[in-house]
Amino acid sequence: MKRRDFVKTGGALVIGFSLRDVLAAQTAPARGSVAGPPDARQIDTWLAIHADNTATVYVGFAELGQGTSTALLQIAADELDLDMRQVKSVRLDTHVTPNQGGTYSSASIARGGPQVRTAAAEARLALLGMASKRLDTPIDQLRISKGVVTAGSTKRVTYGELIGDRRFDLPFTGSAPVKKPSDYAIVGMPIKRLDLAAKIKGTHTYMQHVRVPGMLHGRIVRPRGQRAYGVGAKIVSIDESPIRGIPGVRVLRRGDFLGVVAENEWDAVRAARQLKVVWESTSALPGSDKVYERMRATTTPEEIVVQRGDIAAAFPKAAHVVSQVAHAPYQAHAPFGPNCAVADVKAGTALVMCSTQDVYATRRTLAGLLKLAEKDVRVQYYEGSGTYGHSCYDDAAQAAAFLSQDAGRPVRVQFMRADEHGWDNYGPAHVGEVRAAADANGTIVAYEYHGWQHGWSGTEASAQLAGSPVGEFIAAPAMGVQGVNRLTCGGQYQIPNLKLVNHKLPVTEYLKAGWLRSPLDLSFAFASEQAIDQLAAVLKIDPYEFRRRNIADERWRGVLDAAAKAANWAPSTRLQPGVRGGRVVTGRGIGLGTHLQSWGGAVADVEVNRDTGEVAIKRLFGAMDAGLVVNPAIVESQMRGQLVQTASRMLHEEVKFDTTGVTTVDWVSYPILRFEACPAVTAVVVQQINERSLGAGEEVMAAAAAAIANAFFDATGVRMETFPFTKPRVLAALAARRG
Amino acid sequence: MQIKVNDKTWTVAGAPETPLLYVLSNELQLQGPRFGCGLAQCGSCSVLVDGVEKRSCVTPVSAVEGKTVTTLEGLPMWYAMTKRLARAPEMHPVQQAMLDEQAPQCGYCYNGMIVKAAELLSKNARPDERQIRTAMNGHLCRCGTYPSIIRAVQRASELMATEARR
Repeated sequence: MKRRDFVKTGGALVIGFSLRDVLAAQTAPARGSVAGPPDARQIDTWLAIHADNTATVYVGFAELGQGTSTALLQIAADELDLDMRQVKSVRLDTHVTPNQGGTYSSASIARGGPQVRTAAAEARLALLGMASKRLDTPIDQLRISKGVVTAGSTKRVTYGELIGDRRFDLPFTGSAPVKKPSDYAIVGMPIKRLDLAAKIKGTHTYMQHVRVPGMLHGRIVRPRGQRAYGVGAKIVSIDESPIRGIPGVRVLRRGDFLGVVAENEWDAVRAARQLKVVWESTSALPGSDKVYERMRATTTPEEIVVQRGDIAAAFPKAAHVVSQVAHAPYQAHAPFGPNCAVADVKAGTALVMCSTQDVYATRRTLAGLLKLAEKDVRVQYYEGSGTYGHSCYDDAAQAAAFLSQDAGRPVRVQFMRADEHGWDNYGPAHVGEVRAAADANGTIVAYEYHGWQHGWSGTEASAQLAGSPVGEFIAAPAMGVQGVNRLTCGGQYQIPNLKLVNHKLPVTEYLKAGWLRSPLDLSFAFASEQAIDQLAAVLKIDPYEFRRRNIADERWRGVLDAAAKAANWAPSTRLQPGVRGGRVVTGRGIGLGTHLQSWGGAVADVEVNRDTGEVAIKRLFGAMDAGLVVNPAIVESQMRGQLVQTASRMLHEEVKFDTTGVTTVDWVSYPILRFEACPAVTAVVVQQINERSLGAGEEVMAAAAAAIANAFFDATGVRMETFPFTKPRVLAALAARRG
Repeated sequence: MQIKVNDKTWTVAGAPETPLLYVLSNELQLQGPRFGCGLAQCGSCSVLVDGVEKRSCVTPVSAVEGKTVTTLEGLPMWYAMTKRLARAPEMHPVQQAMLDEQAPQCGYCYNGMIVKAAELLSKNARPDERQIRTAMNGHLCRCGTYPSIIRAVQRASELMATEARR
C-alpha cells in the first residue's frame, strides 16, 4: 500500500485515503491492507522492529487524555530494553491494531499492560536468539541496552540489523519470561507524556480537525434535548423555505433521523438552525423533579447481589441502627469539544473516523446499520476531547455514516453543544436506601443496601430515529456494574451480616443512559458512607478511627491512612457536629470507595454559608492504591482530575428534564465547577511495586463524593439526601432541620 | 475580504457574518482554535484580537477586518513582538510552563487556557492566585485540570520575569 493516507496540505492534516487502494493492494498484504482484527496469536500483530533500531507497538487502547499511550509504551520499552525515544504507537484502526476490547473500566493498563509486556518479552527473546547466532555467543552471555546487543567488549549488533522491518513470523505463546519488578527501569518512573507538546502547540490533530477531500459538512437536526428513550422524536412536518437562500444545502432524512449537508460549514450550521421542523409532542418522562418518586414506586424484580450472614436476625439485636436515603441525578459526560465524525460510505465499503472508545464495537454496529459486511467497514480512532465514558461518539459516527451514504459523498458531522449536552448517554439517576447497624463496642454488625436504577441504552439516537428498535446495552462482565457495587457498598468493612439488592428498572421511558466515569459509584458512596458516618456519630467515635476499627483489609486501610495522613487528620473533638454559630461554618469529612478494582480514600474540607446555601469545597485529599503504578505522575494527574470532577458533580451537575425532554443543553443550564471555586487538591499514590497493576482512571471519585457529604454533615449537622448541593437544596435541608 | 492572522494577510471567501472560528479552521486550516460550544460559554475557540482575548465562535469574520488576529500557533511570534525579542521562541512562556507542569489531560481546552493566560500576563506580569482564578474563570476544563493550570500560569509569570532580567 502506498503511503497515501497522510497528505500534508497548507499546514493542516488532510487524510486522502481510498479504500480502493487498500483492496487493490491485497496481493501484497502489508499491515493495514486487510480488515482486522489482526491475529492476536502472532508477535507481528503486537510490534515491529524497524531498521533504524526503533519499535512500533500496536496497542488496542485509545488515548483519551488519560496518558495511556505513554504508559503502555513505558511497559513495552522496559521489556524490550529500548528507551522511550525508540518506541512509538499508531492510531487505533480496525485494519491495523489488535482487538484488546474497549478503552473503559480503567482497563488499559490493568488488562492491556500484561499483553503488551508479554508480547515484548517474547520479541526480545526471539531477538536474543538471532543475536546469539549472529554473534556466535550463548544467550546468557549477551547484554542489551537501547536495542544494541553486545557480547563482550567487541561484538555488537542492533535489533534493527537483526530484523529491521521484517516480520518475526512467530506465534505469540505468552511463554517468554518477563522481567521482575525489581528490574524495571522505565516502569514506575514519572516519564513525561508523549502527546502533550503537540496539544500545547496546537499541532495535535483532534477528531474535530479531520478533513477529507470532497467532503461535505453535516449537522443533525433534532429537538433541543432528547425525549424518552424508546419514545423518540417523530417528525410531523418539515418546512424548507427558510433555508432556500443558503447555497448548496441538502436536507437528508431517514425516518425521523434528519440532517443537513453543505459544502461550507457555516452554511450547514445555519441551515440546521433555520430549518423549520415540527416534532410530535410527547410527555412520557416523569420530569427531573418527579423521577425519584417514579423510580422508587416501580415494581421491580429484586436481584440479590451479595447476601451473607443473617441481617433479619442481626438488625433487631444491634445496639445502634441508622438509615440513609440517597437521590442522585442523571449527569452528563459533556465532553468539552462536542463529538465529531467523518464518514465516507461508498457502495460496498465504508471508512469512518471517530472518537470511539472501542473501534471494533463501533464497526460492528455501523456494519449492521449500513447493511455492509464488517470486513468492509473500517473504523479509525481520532482523539476528541476527554469523553469520561460513553458520550455521543457512536451517535456522531452513525450520523456521519447515514449522511454520507445518503449524500454519496464523504461527510463530516460536528455535533453542536446542544446535540451533545441534550442527547448524551447520561450516567443514570439512582435511588439508594441503606440501613447499617453497630454493636455497643463500635463494631459494624449488619448492613443492607437497596439500589434502584436502570441500565444502559443499547441504541444510539441516530439509529433509533432512523427506525432501529431500541434495546438495552448488555454489558460484558468486564464492562462495569450497572447495579449495586459490592466494593463501595459496605465492601470496605468487615461486616458479618450483609445484603445488597438491586432493583433493576426498565431502560425505556427514562433518559438514554451509558457508562459515565465511575458509573453510579458517586451515588453509592454518597448513600453508603453517610450511613457508616452516622454510626460513628451515634457511637461518638471519630469517623476515621471508626473506619479503621472495621476495615476489611490492608489495602483499604492503606488508602484510608494515606488520605488521613495527607490531610493531617486530627481526631474529631466535636462530638455534636453543626452545633455552632456563625454564618459560614466549616467541616471535614472522610470516605472510602472505588469502582470495580483498586482502592480509594479521601478527605474533604468544606465551607457552608448558612444564609445563602452556598457550599465551597476548599480542599480535597485523595489516596489510591492501584497496585503497581506504571507512571505515578500520570496517575496523580488523573487523581487530581477525578477529585475536581467529583467536586463539580457533587455541587453543580444535574440533567434537568420536563415531561417532554431534556432542558439542560449548554454550560449555562448545566453548569460545572469553574476556576474560582476549584478546591486545592492533593493526590497520593500508594505505590505497590509487587502487586498487579489495576485501574486508576476513576477509582477515587466515590471516596471523594462520600468525604464531601460527610464534611457537609460535620459543618452543619445535616445529612444531605440529594445531590448536587445547589443553594436552594441546601437552604431547604438546613431549614428542615431547624424545623 | 482580507484578514491578518499570525502576521500574515489572508484573503477569505466566506460570507462576512461567518464566525471567525470556521474561517480559521476551514480556510486557514489552523488547529489551535477549537469548536467547543458556539455560544461563547467555554473559551475553546479563543484568539487574541489586537491583544485582547475574543471568542472566535461568535465573532463575525467581518469584525476583525483591519485588526490583528493571533491564534495559539502565533503566540510565540506575538510574544517576541510585544517583548521586542530578536526571534520568536519555540513556545510562548505560558506554553512552556504548561508543558513543564504536564498540565493537560485531553488538552482540548488548552487553546483557550493558553491564549487567556497569555493575555493576562501581558496586562499583569505578576498576578496572584486570586487574580489568576478571576481572569481565567470564563474558561472551562472538563478534565478538571484547573489546579495545574493555576500553577503553570504562576510558573510562566516567573519564567517571563527571569527572561526580562536577562
